[in-house]
Amino acid sequence: MAEVQLKNVSKSFADTSAITDMTFGIDDGEFVVLLGPTGAGKTTTLRLIAGLENCDAGSIEIDGTVVNHYTPAQRNVAMVFQQYSLYPHLSVRDNLAFPLRSPILKTPEDEITRKVNEVAEILHIPNKLDNKATELSGGEMQRVSIGRALVRDPAIFLMDEPLSSLDAKLRADLRVELKRLQAEMKKTLLYVTHDQIEAMTMASQIGVLDEGRLVQFGTPRDIYQNPNSTYVAARLGQPRINLLPSGLFGENGPQGASQIGLRPENIEVGKGRDAHILRVEHLGDQTRLHLKFVEHDLVTLIDAHSDYQEGETIQISAVDPLFFDAAGSRIS
Amino acid sequence: MAEIIIKNIRKQFGDFVAVQESSFTVEDGEFFMLLGPSGCGKTTTLRMIAGLELPTSGEIFLDGEEISQRPPSARDIAFVFQMFALYPHLNVRKNISYPLVSQGMSKSKIKDKVSEVAGILGIEDILNRPVGGLSGGDRQRVALGRAIVREPKAFMMDEPLGALDAEFRERMAEELRALHDRMGATTVYVTHDQLEAMQMGDKIVVMNNAVVEQFGTPREIYDKPATMFVADFIGSPSMNFLDFEGKLAENDTQVELSGTVLNIPALREGAQGKLSYGVRPEHLQFSDKANFRGEVIASEYLGTTQIVTLDTACGMLKARIGSDQKATVGEKVGLNVNSQTVTVFDRSSGQALKSALNEGVVGNG
Repeated sequence: MAEVQLKNVSKSFADTSAITDMTFGIDDGEFVVLLGPTGAGKTTTLRLIAGLENCDAGSIEIDGTVVNHYTPAQRNVAMVFQQYSLYPHLSVRDNLAFPLRSPILKTPEDEITRKVNEVAEILHIPNKLDNKATELSGGEMQRVSIGRALVRDPAIFLMDEPLSSLDAKLRADLRVELKRLQAEMKKTLLYVTHDQIEAMTMASQIGVLDEGRLVQFGTPRDIYQNPNSTYVAARLGQPRINLLPSGLFGENGPQGASQIGLRPENIEVGKGRDAHILRVEHLGDQTRLHLKFVEHDLVTLIDAHSDYQEGETIQISAVDPLFFDAAGSRIS
Repeated sequence: MAEIIIKNIRKQFGDFVAVQESSFTVEDGEFFMLLGPSGCGKTTTLRMIAGLELPTSGEIFLDGEEISQRPPSARDIAFVFQMFALYPHLNVRKNISYPLVSQGMSKSKIKDKVSEVAGILGIEDILNRPVGGLSGGDRQRVALGRAIVREPKAFMMDEPLGALDAEFRERMAEELRALHDRMGATTVYVTHDQLEAMQMGDKIVVMNNAVVEQFGTPREIYDKPATMFVADFIGSPSMNFLDFEGKLAENDTQVELSGTVLNIPALREGAQGKLSYGVRPEHLQFSDKANFRGEVIASEYLGTTQIVTLDTACGMLKARIGSDQKATVGEKVGLNVNSQTVTVFDRSSGQALKSALNEGVVGNG
């Protein structure tokens, strides 16, 4: 149970600046996801909070206390890594109990039994407790490694792409499960990923990172509908937002508008100007049209059962475009 | 460019059958996907086409010639591995020209070829750069260039985008497909990612446990799955299955699940015993008046749409609806099913029952 506050945190490795002047807060019980491509500073942020790295500048507070000089153990955080690292020679029960038996915690055995059983119940693995860790499937192993964080009752959970090594189907199931768990336990959780679906579906707040800087922080809906830059706009949404020169559809942008952002659902098909269909992608639940419109490529979505063909000409118009300036900052 | 015909090929390693007798045809110029979970036999199939494995039995025709027992060098097929495999000490030009130098082609001809390929890939300006300092995208283009420059009859690609992060993967997938459209080269591509297969493929073969489960266009495979495995593997979230037991006759247009009567496309065959009613998440819509009701358990926001998990008398369901619609956890809602898209499966065989929806696709091998 804790809130976390980062104030003007910076971190460099030799000449490379990994995190620059980062400030954000996580309220007690919130699920915050940091989203960004490889190298954006997601993992470094997590490691700074965990105490695995020290900041060069700024402060990190957990529950109102500055923890910059605390050891990882003193910070009482639990970290789940991308690669589950279980003790292969131990049973699931002993793997789960391991953190509780550490010399610092010195938990009594009956307390350990109670906690392990409780966590196994939450993770739907009570029947696997006596299996060796190596006898589990990938998804079960990752659940055990999450369980090893849960038994400790830490102030905060820190998770570094814990689902990325799992196959798509299991990832989808665990997404829902993790979100449910966090909501039930009302724990503070900070999760980093480069997967926009994970960010959108699980987060109560998303922080978007770009080259070590936090560029936007808000609810998934807010970030999707009101991105403050073209960079943020392109992070969320599949297919990606179309970024085009302002005025292309004859619309009147505000002063300084140089680009417009149009999500595929903001392109209306059936009226407006001519566009040429380059390719039709049937993805089952949605059909994507790749279009050539006045020398520009763009993508829109149409009803999955409509029958447009490659080579056809259709009419399109823009609905509520977002306007950005030449540098990519949102104007309106 | 070329047509590839696979006839009853089979591969066994000792007692282990990696690929059961499989047949399919890759038409000239097609972008063809071999899709399935790890261990299903898709990579072994690809390696047999390339000549890196010899089939235990069966035939492979490339442009009408039987090539199944020929060495890779005699097949005129380019194999694109994990795309970052470049010679690190050579520059871009030398990496691309390498296959031609080893063929003994003249210097002036090599120069022409390399500039042509660089033009196709849009990498003219980095030809003299060392590959070490290149971005991931450029390295990938160079690796492709090395395969293209030989002008082989066909390309084999084994999860070329597997190691990339999600966002970059989508970009490269688009680029690869656009490149294919410009060159029109027959390409066989292995992946375990169903979205990649749906997005890029002209045709898809879905494999599981060494067996071809279905072969067809992305649309056929998605809308008219031949087996429960295919229905489950393709689509995210995957098809909903509501299990029931009963007896169905030819021409039936309804099923009864836990007292709820649901419409289905007219059946073309009967079945009895353990059955399953399969419906895709986007074919469920909220409707106040509907008799079929469920309680909202969770909602996942995806921008344009949201995935709502529902608890119904017949089992758990996921529905994909517009994100502008309200879905409050705990609320009871009515559900309309687009019944013409429903597939009924026989759970003991895993096969789809033939119906007005899938006749002509399912059961044709």
